[in-house]
Amino acid sequence: MTTVFDFSLLAYNPPGWGRVLLVGFMRSLQLAAGGYCLGIVIGVLGAIGKLYGGRLVRDLMEIYTLVIRAVPELVLMLLFYYVGTDLARQGAQALGYQGFDIDGLAAGILVIGLVQGGYATEVLRGAIQAIPRGQIEAAQAFGMSPRQVHRRVTLPAMVPHALPGMANLWMIATKDTALLAVIGFSELTQVTRQAAGATQAYLLFFLSAGALYLSLTLVSNFILRRVERRARRGLVAAR
Amino acid sequence: MADMQTRATLVAPFYRHTTRLLAALCQPHRLVLAALFVAGVIAAVVGMNWRWLPRYLPLLIQGLEMTLIMLVASVVVGFLFALPLALAQAGGAALLRWPAHAFCTLVRGTPLLLQMWLLYYGLGAVFAQYPEIRQSWLWDYLRQAWPYGFVALTISFAAYQGEIMRGALAGVPRGELEAAASFGMSSRQIFRRVWFPRALHRALPALSGEIILQLKSTPLVATISVMDLYAVITRVRQATFLTYEPLLLMVAVYLCLSGILIVALRWLERRVPTGS
Repeated sequence: MTTVFDFSLLAYNPPGWGRVLLVGFMRSLQLAAGGYCLGIVIGVLGAIGKLYGGRLVRDLMEIYTLVIRAVPELVLMLLFYYVGTDLARQGAQALGYQGFDIDGLAAGILVIGLVQGGYATEVLRGAIQAIPRGQIEAAQAFGMSPRQVHRRVTLPAMVPHALPGMANLWMIATKDTALLAVIGFSELTQVTRQAAGATQAYLLFFLSAGALYLSLTLVSNFILRRVERRARRGLVAAR
Repeated sequence: MADMQTRATLVAPFYRHTTRLLAALCQPHRLVLAALFVAGVIAAVVGMNWRWLPRYLPLLIQGLEMTLIMLVASVVVGFLFALPLALAQAGGAALLRWPAHAFCTLVRGTPLLLQMWLLYYGLGAVFAQYPEIRQSWLWDYLRQAWPYGFVALTISFAAYQGEIMRGALAGVPRGELEAAASFGMSSRQIFRRVWFPRALHRALPALSGEIILQLKSTPLVATISVMDLYAVITRVRQATFLTYEPLLLMVAVYLCLSGILIVALRWLERRVPTGS
């Protein structure tokens, strides 16, 4: 065997592995997008809890973000995966379902989302704090309820401040999905390893997977930069 | 809270930290949380199965050593590579700038796990094909897993840190460099005496954040069979069929490591005098 690449291995139809790689890539995208959305939900709740919650809520949020930021993602994913599936299984058994099996995609999204949520909490908290107080006070002076202030002023006004950090988090989410390969999820990195192992063409397959990841990063970067520019319209103090 | 702080400032500076810490801890809900935490630890120690621990302790310590060696070595060597990368991007000619930029984009745009597997499985297989390499002294190292893990971690750190240092180098005010030039310093002297120290100072907070991230990347070397802490824990789990005990121990150890690193780096940051 020489090091010259045999590109026919990447063909879309079965003797080639192109289809397998693309399916894995789609799976990675689903995991990243789902985890990212879950992370945003956790992040919004976490940021509001940290800023406006009672003392207990604030401390619990602090512990959550601290643990997420101090423990390796790989370890967290392993822990969340086992704890999450264990709890779900016990819950299902308590409710009377037998032979309950957790959907791999849902478990992966949960794991990514919990990790992303810790970072998103910090990003969104900073973004809310960056809103000039006067805007919120003005909304209060109009007689809006706290919930209305949130919906109409705080959340929309925070978006331009949050976008750089959230864009960064999306990049991290796409790359963190690769870690799920270690737990055994069949996403891009895992199927690449299987394809490479089956054909012994390690370099070819890992390089192609790298190209797929890189193209995702570059396309996301391009789009996010445009979104950021649009969201920052009319904002006086650019950083 | 404000009352506590004014009182704390009256106490001698030596006691200020401890009193403030105690005051922060002595809120009722925190006492409850602390009590719950202690109860949880006691329940874990008493109720869970830790009989495997003495047997695996030497192995665990070896794994911890491997983790720390990987961290320190990749940070030090990675930083040495980050400097030229940053310099090429911040002040180099176009011929140097775009390869450096392309390298950083490439490394930062793909998952570290994939890079590690590319090096270990991909390059490892290529090396094995050449009898010249197999017979040379290099083969003793290339046959093992740790050089690939080390190289992957180093490359990753260099790329991320290069990007940070690029920003820091570009952020040093031009006037300072011009002042140095008007003192008659050579460009090398300017770099050594003004440009680099000022940039390093600006990059210090980001650098310590990056070191914490690097610690969190080290368990990836376990996937290419380097026996670091994560790999040892995995082996314990496979040998004892325990799910939670080894995992909890690992989380605790990494929490401690991160905590120690954060405190040490913050101490280091505070020792550097702030110019502005």
